[in-house]
Amino acid sequence: MERSEVLDAVRESAVELLKVEPDQVTEQAAFGEDLDADSLDLTELVMALEDRFGIEVPEDDLGDVRTVGDAVDLVMAKLGSGASA
Amino acid sequence: MLLENRKLLVTGVLTPSSIAFACARLAQEQGAEVVLTSFGRARSITERAAKRLPSPPDVLELDVTDPQHLAGVAGELERRWGRVDGVLHAIGFAPERCLGQDDGLFAAPWQDVATAVHVSAYSYVALAGAVRHLLPAGGSVVGLDFDATVAWPAYDWMGVAKAALESANRYLARDLGPAGVRVNLVAAGPLRTTAARSIPGFAGLADTWPGRAPLGWDVDDPEPVAKAVVALLSGWFPATTGEIVHVDGGVHAVGA
Repeated sequence: MERSEVLDAVRESAVELLKVEPDQVTEQAAFGEDLDADSLDLTELVMALEDRFGIEVPEDDLGDVRTVGDAVDLVMAKLGSGASA
Repeated sequence: MLLENRKLLVTGVLTPSSIAFACARLAQEQGAEVVLTSFGRARSITERAAKRLPSPPDVLELDVTDPQHLAGVAGELERRWGRVDGVLHAIGFAPERCLGQDDGLFAAPWQDVATAVHVSAYSYVALAGAVRHLLPAGGSVVGLDFDATVAWPAYDWMGVAKAALESANRYLARDLGPAGVRVNLVAAGPLRTTAARSIPGFAGLADTWPGRAPLGWDVDDPEPVAKAVVALLSGWFPATTGEIVHVDGGVHAVGA
């Protein structure tokens, strides 16, 4: 899957769940500072992405997610490991 | 199956890592019909988690500090089932100043402590009280506990609230016993749930627990707790009430 497709999916979920505008959701945007998301928001966003992509993200991995780009990286990694498994 | 034809109210499911989620899943696998509760900001997350259970249950709105919500849930269960065979109370909360402060217990004002005790201990009695008229003889109330007989690092006022919960468990057993309803707690070892991650000092407990436990302990596996909860909700502990079952790998039994 292309990175841009994953970014689009993350953006769509973020707009729906975090009530932000699509153009705010850039790769560099930080969930906390820029998108006003707390840990529960991030938990819900990741659950939505799990459902959407059929992946499983351990909660331990959420600690490394600061920006939208980090979330895209995480999804890409899970999709990659799923494909090679 | 242990819970065939049993109707259960399960609180405290947030994410699939919640202890209550493991309990709800196992209860369904054992034949129970389950309804979940959640409230406010957490509700949409609970609903996502509910969809991942074997048979996605309804989620009722319940802030346990709101008497109207409690009455509303009882009314809904009465319409739906006419009875409730079991209740799992898996609810705890303490404001930030109650946990892991440099000054320990001295950091929290009464209002914060009151909130912790209200949500984590009083609500056990309030929840049981709201549905007591729906609990038949043989019914079972189960709550989730963390051993409150000693002082732990960082757990602070949450530990005090758990001590209140343990005492309330005994009095509730006394008060519901004549109706044939059992009331018990499961004192679990540390599990890495979404809620636990927000407890300062949790990592310290989680790191040392497996080595101290005679049976060992897996902080990522809520299944042993779920099994004990399901057993207590079933008819297999017919003469046990006011009890605290430790599902902690045996840590409570050893000094070092």
